[in-house]
Amino acid sequence: MKKFPPTLHLFVTVVWMIVALYMIFLYAPQEATMGEVQRIFYQHVPAGLSAFIAYFVVFLGSVIYLWKRTKFADDLAYAAAEVGFVFCTCVLVTGPLWAKPAWGIWWTWDARLTSTFILWLLFIAYLMLRAHLINPGRAEVLGAVVGIIGFVDVIVDYMAIRWWRTQHPQPVFMGGPGSGLDPRMKLTFLVSWGAFLCLFWYLVRQRMALLVAQRELGWLRRQLALRES
Amino acid sequence: MRNLSIVWTIFLKDLRVEYRSRETLASMCVFGLLVVFLFSFAFETAREETLRLLPGLLWVAFAFAGILGFNRSFAVERENACLEGMTLAPIDPGTIFAGKMLANLLFLVIAEVVVVFAASLWYNFSFLPSLRWFVVILFFGTLGYAALGTIFGAIAANTRMREVMLPVLQFPVAFWVLILSIDATSDALRGAGSSGGITRVAGVSIVFAVASFLLFGYVLEE
Repeated sequence: MKKFPPTLHLFVTVVWMIVALYMIFLYAPQEATMGEVQRIFYQHVPAGLSAFIAYFVVFLGSVIYLWKRTKFADDLAYAAAEVGFVFCTCVLVTGPLWAKPAWGIWWTWDARLTSTFILWLLFIAYLMLRAHLINPGRAEVLGAVVGIIGFVDVIVDYMAIRWWRTQHPQPVFMGGPGSGLDPRMKLTFLVSWGAFLCLFWYLVRQRMALLVAQRELGWLRRQLALRES
Repeated sequence: MRNLSIVWTIFLKDLRVEYRSRETLASMCVFGLLVVFLFSFAFETAREETLRLLPGLLWVAFAFAGILGFNRSFAVERENACLEGMTLAPIDPGTIFAGKMLANLLFLVIAEVVVVFAASLWYNFSFLPSLRWFVVILFFGTLGYAALGTIFGAIAANTRMREVMLPVLQFPVAFWVLILSIDATSDALRGAGSSGGITRVAGVSIVFAVASFLLFGYVLEE
């Protein structure tokens, strides 16, 4: 990861996103029944997938932290939670924008909407807990515990939505026969998803670098205070 | 065997504390009653509407009453450094979890009985025909809810705004325990109770109880 400089990463992300935007608005064909509004799908779905990946990263970081006690794992979980929260917010904003013209309503307590909303609440719970501890030194362990229980909740979610009826469109990839997409749409989607993952990775690594810098700054301040006293 | 007797000791300790202070149980019952009371005034219902409303209303009342109890559960331990005392004792953290959880479970079940009795009275609704199903759903739903409440209560006790932090942690995770319990209760009250609904509630509750049990040790370490 050190071999890939952040500035280059930023450059790649920006170019990739511009390409993705071009493809979304100019390359991909118009959808037959929903029209222009369907194009939000190219941002909505990648953001949603990235948010779920982010929570999985939070879970991995939490497990590794409790096991190995490495600062790196905790930083990874914390950074992924913050970025995941932003992505999840994007999903919850773009979803209703699409749903109003397509379904005629902004929101419904459909299974997938509910589970995304719960994911959003889990990110909030995780971040709020870490922000309000009396002893910040306990943030890593308590954060990890909440991260893991939250992940159990995401799995339960996945099971439980099958017991509910759902109004959300079924996944169009890897679904049954007849669920295929126009190849241009598929390509646009994949490029857009790649752009989102690239952005996600960039934000996470920058946030992690910031966490390390903050810790070093705190250490330097303490040293300085010791010397002065 | 030894672990069981430790669990029993911690459980009895919590009952004794409650017997002497009489704070937790009273506030849980009163709060649960107030929720049902407010709802029964806010919505005057015919029987069919009552059937639709009652399961959700009951579980909302249980959920709020539970939050009050779980908050107290570890706030009490913080006073006089009781928690440090228990952590220093040469016992498995899982036993502390089990003891505290059983006490929370018992308090919540007592509050639930009071709430259900009041709801039956005010809504003029008899639970007797579906009592068998209802009791099982109540037990399993409360088990999962109390297990999560115990570990989150312990976590929230570490924060500056514990009263707010507990529901923020508890509700997103306990969401499916509550929803599945409401669904199962709704079926049971309509006389269509099924083992499928109960299995789901029990399954989800046990998953959360086991996860909380396994992770509790980390919450206690300093």
